[in-house]
Formats: sequence, structure tokens, C-alpha cells
Amino acid sequence: MRMKRVFKINSFSFLSFLLLYFSSLSVTYANTCFHRDTNLSLFTQDTIRNKSADTLSEVTIVAKRLVKEVLPVQTLTGNTLKKLNAYSVADAVRYFAGVQIKDYGGIGGLKTVNIRSLGSQHVGVFYDGIQIGNAQNGVVDLGRFSLENMEAVTLYNGQKSAIFQPAKDFASASAMYLHTRVPYFYSGKRYNLTLGIKGGSFGTIDPSFVWEYKLSDKISLSASGEYMYTNGRYRFTYSTAGGYDTTATRRNGDVRMERIEAALFGKLAKGEWKIKTYFYDSQRGYPGASVREEPGKFSHQDRQWDDNFFSQATLRLDFTRFYNVMFNAKYAYDYLHYLSDPRQDVTTMYVNNHFRQQEIYGSVAHLFNINEWWNLSLSNDYQWNKLNADLLDFAYPVRNSLLTAVATSVSFKRLKVQASLLHTYVKDRTRISEAQAGTKAKFTPSVVVSYKPFGEKIDLSVRAFYKRIFRLPTFNDLYYTFIGNRNLNPEFTTQYDIGITYRRDFSGKILKYLEGQVDGYYNVVDDKIIAIPTSNQFRWTMMNYGHVKIRGIDASLEAFSTALHPVDLRVRVTYTYQKAQDFTDKSSEWYGGQIPYIPWHSGTALATIDYRGWSLNYSFIYTGERYESVANIPENYALAWYTSDVGLSKAFDFKKFTMRATLEVNNIFNQQYEVVQCYPMPGTNFKIKLNFLF
Amino acid sequence: MKKGIIKILQRVDQILLFVLMIVAVSSTLISCRKTQMIVPSTNTNVGPGESGDIKGFFLLNEGNMGSNKATLDYYDYQTGIYQKNIFAVRNPDVARELGDVGNDLQIYGSKLYAVINCSHFVEVMDVRTARHISQISIPNCRYITFSGKYAYVSSYAGPVEIDPNARLGYVAKIDTATLQVIDECIVGYQPEEMVVVGNKLYVANSGGYRVPNYDNTVSVIDLNTFTVTKTITVAINLHRMEVDRYGMIYVSSRGDYYDVPSMTFIIDSKTDEVVKSLELLPNSEMAIAGDSLYIYSSYWSYITNTQTVNYAIYNVKTHEVETRSFIKDGTDGQIKVPYGIAVNKKAGEFFVTDAKDYVTPGKLYCFNLDGTLKWSVTTGDIPAHFAFTTVALE
Repeated sequence: MRMKRVFKINSFSFLSFLLLYFSSLSVTYANTCFHRDTNLSLFTQDTIRNKSADTLSEVTIVAKRLVKEVLPVQTLTGNTLKKLNAYSVADAVRYFAGVQIKDYGGIGGLKTVNIRSLGSQHVGVFYDGIQIGNAQNGVVDLGRFSLENMEAVTLYNGQKSAIFQPAKDFASASAMYLHTRVPYFYSGKRYNLTLGIKGGSFGTIDPSFVWEYKLSDKISLSASGEYMYTNGRYRFTYSTAGGYDTTATRRNGDVRMERIEAALFGKLAKGEWKIKTYFYDSQRGYPGASVREEPGKFSHQDRQWDDNFFSQATLRLDFTRFYNVMFNAKYAYDYLHYLSDPRQDVTTMYVNNHFRQQEIYGSVAHLFNINEWWNLSLSNDYQWNKLNADLLDFAYPVRNSLLTAVATSVSFKRLKVQASLLHTYVKDRTRISEAQAGTKAKFTPSVVVSYKPFGEKIDLSVRAFYKRIFRLPTFNDLYYTFIGNRNLNPEFTTQYDIGITYRRDFSGKILKYLEGQVDGYYNVVDDKIIAIPTSNQFRWTMMNYGHVKIRGIDASLEAFSTALHPVDLRVRVTYTYQKAQDFTDKSSEWYGGQIPYIPWHSGTALATIDYRGWSLNYSFIYTGERYESVANIPENYALAWYTSDVGLSKAFDFKKFTMRATLEVNNIFNQQYEVVQCYPMPGTNFKIKLNFLF
Repeated sequence: MKKGIIKILQRVDQILLFVLMIVAVSSTLISCRKTQMIVPSTNTNVGPGESGDIKGFFLLNEGNMGSNKATLDYYDYQTGIYQKNIFAVRNPDVARELGDVGNDLQIYGSKLYAVINCSHFVEVMDVRTARHISQISIPNCRYITFSGKYAYVSSYAGPVEIDPNARLGYVAKIDTATLQVIDECIVGYQPEEMVVVGNKLYVANSGGYRVPNYDNTVSVIDLNTFTVTKTITVAINLHRMEVDRYGMIYVSSRGDYYDVPSMTFIIDSKTDEVVKSLELLPNSEMAIAGDSLYIYSSYWSYITNTQTVNYAIYNVKTHEVETRSFIKDGTDGQIKVPYGIAVNKKAGEFFVTDAKDYVTPGKLYCFNLDGTLKWSVTTGDIPAHFAFTTVALE
């Protein structure tokens, strides 16, 4: 009875909402949404393709409900991910609460993620389970990861809510997991093939393929490749009220890249394994800061070439109910060539540097299921990093790291507790004697508590976590000629979080489910490594100087409705509040100022309507006013910006294949904005996508 | 009790849904956005106002590289008012304001010249109004000086030879009437400051792009033929130049930030020879007033990773260091990174700027000649270059 009444009210409000929003559209296909506990699975996301009566619809299992997690998690999977008007993982991640993307504009521009204002070097990015390293500068450019073969992007504050994982997974303040597709074959099918081509504004062309082949019942193969070229040119406008209004074209922002990856997946009687190899090659121009210049007189000509290769393997053995073990291994080689040539651009200094990084990584993780409610884990990781560079007086550093994590989880009906302790031991060696940084050995803990006050009756849980972790000074921080400072200490973060998650599934017709979470947090960054200028502004060095305190709220809400079936609606909104203050120097006039580029308010909205193979997607991003410097004065004020993107796609079924055609229009109101000072973002732009599924 | 809570929670659904609706609807309704406002100038009253030949001074703030934040401030002696950031409001039509990295500022005749390094031009303004007159395109321009009807601007961007790393700089000759570049003279690597003595232009060559192969010369240009007639070997990484009333030229060497310290050298313009090496006088910048050469030094050492700040007055008549600290009241303890210096002897004061952390506004300190603080004021980012004017800004 009670349920019925609730539904009545819900249906009314929801209906009016729909009418308001999409009055002209009418009705069906059921999106199945079920759950599997994947804590022990290598692959947190699985895909099942259902051959329904007339359409081949790809239905993604939303593998993890928020309420199953003890740590704050946000995920974008399968269809939602595909329907975003996004070129790369970076574009998708913008829809998470608590996330600020530093975006230098264009398809080729550097895009890094800053979670809860801790800084982009505090985000661990994991590609199919193993961390993507960058010992040189500690950040991962998410603009380089295509969504073409991506199945899920998941972001955890703190760490993944699992204890059976490598020690590295405990070793960053936030963790982002990128999961590529895992092959799944319909009965009788031996292969899947997806061919795609994208094209649009900025002279972009982007063909890709994903091929999956079933070698046997136990082993399958997957290969994926992509080529992308963009000339990176777009017009941008700067104007002031009652003053100038100037338009120019962004130049030297071209990118050409190739990506190829292959993986083997195997199932064992008791366990599973996976081997993956990845290669990425690119060449790009740097459009540089857009400053006052004589129009068209000088243009940046500096270029960068990158090669990234890695090969990684995972093996999990579920020996007994009592004991499981997991092995991970990886080798990575990264090459970067930067050239700034005054013969091309008369204004510039000649720079021609080559950087070569190598990484070897190995990990063993053990899980002991002591009893029904108590687990213990032990993980040991070893990592070796090396950087060579043709810089003057370069130190040629080699780093050996040993990470050991012990963790335990206790789960009762209503209460779950996880605790972990990580020990990190790092020793650097350099070819030049006495140039190496000191050895570091640190213990860092985390504690997570989750409580369901109503048990199974109401899907509500209250959670809290504490985590203290650091990031090491990078090779650039320590050894970059003229900038590096080998006396640097690790930069520490301390996080306190308390939050609520709530989910409700409905059996009625109107709402299928409603899910939301709110977290409040308090973070402290100590010994923040910042660049300090030396004698003049062209010479900087690194120092453990900064001190930042962040108080914030992340909230997200998601709902799925079939009220107007066959028109199905999915809505997701997020909101972030952050007060991130710099408390570095008490004598400074700007003590306590909001740190650069962190808006007080930001939010996103995503709405998807599905109707008989048609899909309409609307996405909105809002970044509130903020300052470009800790001096919160009018000179450094940055206007709020908000973009609206729209995408329309339709699936067409043919005898032998299905074709999905998509048209996307981004920044439909042609807003002229900057994410980073002097790096203008593109206005309205278009993209057409065709995907063929065999 | 429990049932009550459950009931409330079920109503939460509706509330959440309502919030969801509001957010979604309002998001689509937002479509127009404020335009960026022109940043107004800020006036601060710092002094009582006084009369004198010098009516005021301009201060050029460099602004951090790549941030397009060079700004211009003005101090009015008559009113005692310090105006921060005057260029943007006075030139609303000049696209993207003053530009990126203001590297030098001089007044000559009725014009104010600002060398905007990373915008690759010299901004020419009317000294009475600070209104834009013209811009003179010179790639990677550094400093400006004048003689007769010409302006001379040093630039790093000389012709590129086969080896792109061995690229000489040049001095551009500008007709101050037409504001056109009329000649160029190739000098050493990455030329910096210049002085004119009689008919000769002296250029300090740094070679800063060629680390560790710094340049170590001063080029002497005959202004009649506009060709280099002599190259004087001095020391590595030369930067600043001042000339005293006896025809002696003071040249600073930045050192190499490792083993070679910053030093000061004296060239006799009659013989064009180095006559004195002042090893114990580290030098980041100088300002000369009468026989007093005010010098500050903020020397960074990559060996110790520390910054050492020194102040000194060198007497150019007796050739002795008069004092090793010209700020006497302890204010120097507040100055993190001295970045600019100027002396107005008539008004009985000198100025030191503090660039602080380079990414927030700096500070300008005005001292009495006895080294006690007169006033201080917040400036733009990286306050650095002064130009005193005998014509008040309107």
C-alpha cells in the first residue's frame, strides 16, 4: 500500500518532468540492469549481448552498485560511456563529481585530472588492472586514451573497495580504472568485429576496429586499433564588455596518432589469466599560450613525438576457498622527443630533447578467507624505473621501489570495515655520483567503515574513510637540469570522508531505479611540491613548500525511467562544492585564498533518451567562477563556463551486421571559454560517427 | 520510530527527484553568459602629495610567462596616489591588453616605450595618457635605449645559421618619428641591456640559450655606421649595464648558478677595456644616482638550493663600497625576491620591488635615502621596471 502511494506521486512528478523536457517524443526496450559481485573478478565489468527479437542491443551490466561499495565510487559504463560526446577518457571523466580536468584545449591538448583538489599527481590511473606509470612527471594524459574500446571508467576516492589487489592499488590518493572490452561471444559465434569511423570538426578523421576471436572455450583473443589525425585548428574569440572583440585561429595543434593493442584472455578451472600488449605512437604540435601578439606574425612550431609501449600479464588462482593468489607483471617503455626549432619559429630558443623511460613491475597478492566474514590480504610489489635524457648534466636516475600492503576486511550483515597498511621503500641511484635523492621509507594507513542501518530493508549505507598517502617527487622534480631539487620530500595527502549512498529499485513502470550519493570531505595536502622561481622568472626550482586544505561536498544522483515506454529516460546529475584554500605562507596577503582553477561550484547533467534504437543524449557541464591565482583579485578572475553537448544516434540492422550512426554537436551555444589561462577552448563543433558491428 | 524513519526515507525519493528535475531544467535554460569585464585600475593613497620636477613614475609589471599578464602601474607624486593596472582601462580597444612579459620600460620624448618580450613587440604609448600609439614588431625583444632620434632594442632572435643552437642576437634601430625598424646590427648571443656613451652603443651579451657555453662579451657598436667595432671580453652571462657621469660602464654578470658567482665589472668607455672586476659585488640590478650606484643581488645557487640576497651602494667616484645594506629599518626582511630598483634623489627616496612568488601581486617599497620605509603598496605580478616622468599622467 505504502509503495503504491509513493509511486503515484513519483509518477506525477516524473511525468511532468518528462513533458517539460521532451514534450514531442513518445515510447521501448528494456534495459536490463543486474548485479554481480565482482570483488574477486579480474574484470569488474562484463558485457552481455542479448539477441532480442529484432535488435542486437548491447546491454551492459552495471557491475557495481554504489551501495555495494564501501568507498566513494563513480562509474561510467557501456552505453552511457558510448553515448557521451567524448573523444577521450578525459572528456568522459568530466562527468564525475569532485573532478576538475585541466584541459589545454583541442583534441591533442594535454588533459589531466585533479580529484578533490589534491593535484593531478595524486591520481593513480590503472589500465586493465595495472597502473600506468610516469616516473618522469607523475601525471597521465587522459586525452590519449580513446573511448573506442573502453568498457568502463571508474573513479574511486581513496582506493578501490577491495583488499585483494596489488600494493600499488593502495598507493595513490584517488584511483581511476580504465577497463577495455572483455570478449563475450553469443552462443555459436566465434568472433565479434566492430569497425568504426569518426570524423568532424578540426579536420578530424579517426578510423578504428575491435576484433574478438574465440580460440577455444577457455581462451579468447582481442585486438583493437585506431588511427587519428586532426589539424587541431579552430577559431576562438576574446572580448571584453565595451572593449575589444578579437577572433583568431588556434594553430600548431595538429595530432596524428596510432594505437594498437592485443590481449589474450584465459579461463582456468580455478582462476583466470590475461596478457595485454599496447602500443601508442603520436606526433603533435604545441599551440602554446595564446597571448597578445601581432595576428598571424609568429606561430608556435614546437613539436612532440611520443611512443608508449607496454606489455602486461595477470594471473589469478583460486586455489581453495581459503586461499587465492594473483600475479601481475608489466614492462613499459616510453619515449618522448620534444623539438623547438628557431628555424621554424624565429621567436624561440632551440630545444631538442629526448627522454626514454623504462619500467619493470611485478606484484604478488594473496587473499586469505579466514571465515565467512573475515578476509586478510598481503601484497608485495616491486618496481624499477629508469629515465635517460639528453639534458645537460643529467643525473640518469634509476629508482627501485618495494611496496608491501597488508589489509583486512570484516563484513557483517550491516557493518563492513576495511583497513590497510602500506609500506613504501624507494631508493634512487644516479649515474652522476652524489646526485641521487635520499632513500624513502614510509608507512601509510587507510581505514574504511560502511554501515547499513536498515539492513536489507532499505538500501542505504553510511560510510566513512580515512586515508593518508603521499606522492613521490618525480624524476623531473628531483633531477631535471636547472629545475630539479634532489632534497625533496614526498608530498602527503590526508583524506577524511563521510558519505551516504542510497539506492532504490522499483517494480513499477515509472521509475526503474534511483540512486544517489553524497560525500563530505576534508583533505589536507602537506609538503606540497611546488615550482618556485629562482633569480629570474625563466629559472624555477621545486620545493616542498605548499600547504592546502580542502573542504568539499560531492553529490550525484542517477535515475532511470520507463514511464513513457518505449521512450526510456536516464538522467544523471552531479554537483561539487569545494573550498580549497592555500595556507602556505601566513605572512602572505593571499593566505587562505582559493587555490588556482578550483571553482567553488561545479556540476554536470547527463540525460539520455532511448526510443526504438534511437538514442538522444544531452550533456551539460558547469564550472563556476574561480581564480587563476591564489590572489583572488579581479585581475585573476575567471568567468564561469558551461557547455551543452547533444548527440543523436540510431542503430540500423542489416542481415550481416548492425550499423550505428551518430551525430554529435558539442558546445551548442558556442561559448568561448578557457579551462587554463591563455588556452582557449573550441566553440561549437561537430562529429559524425559510424560503427559497424559484425 | 523505525517505521517513521522508513517513511521519511521514502519521501526522500520524491525530494531527490524534484531536485533532479530542477537541475536538469535549469541547466538547459542557461544560455547567455556575462562578458569578461575590463579589469578596473585600483587607486591607493600612499603619500601626502608633493611638488617637484618629477611628476610621477610608471612601473611595468612583467607578469608570469605565458599568462599575458604584463600590467602598467602609475604613481602620481602630486596626489600621492598609486594607480594599479592603468593600461587596460585606458586602452579598452587594444585586444588582449598589454601582453606577455613586460621586460623593459623607458620614456623618450613624449612617448612611453614598453618592451613586451613574449608578445614580440615594443608597445609605444603617449606618456601623457598611457594610450596606445603603435607597436613595433621585434621577435624576442629584451631591452630598449635611445640616442638622438633613434631607439635601439636588443633581441635574441638574430638570423639562424646551420647550427640552430649558435644563433646570434641583434640590435634593432628604430626611427622614433616613424616608429619603424630601419636597421639591424648583429651582436653576441642573447643580448640584454645596453648603454650609450657618446657615439657608441654597448651591448651586454648573455648567451643564456647556450648553457653552459655562455657568451662573455660586450659588443661595441659605432652609432654612425651601426656596425660592431669592438668586442670586449668580460665574464659569462652578462646582463645589466649602467653608465656613470665619468664615462665608466658598470656591467653585471649573472654567473652560472653553480660555481661561478654573480659579479660586477667596470669598462672604461675611453679605452673600451675592463678596468675593474668587483668579485665581491654580486649584481642582479643597478640604479645610479649621482655617485651612488645602488645594487641588489638575489643569487640562486643550484648547489645549495638557496637564494642569497645582498644590497650594496658602490661609490663610483671613490670606487669603494659605501654600504652593504641600504635598507636600514629591517624592511629587507620582508622582501622575498627583490626584482626592481630605482632612485629619485631629488625627492630623497629610492624604491625596491618584491616579486614574491612570481604568480601573485608583488609589492613596491619606497624608502627615504636614509634607508627607512616611507610607504609600500601592492603592485601587479612581478613588479620590475621603472620610468620616471616629468609630465604628469592625465
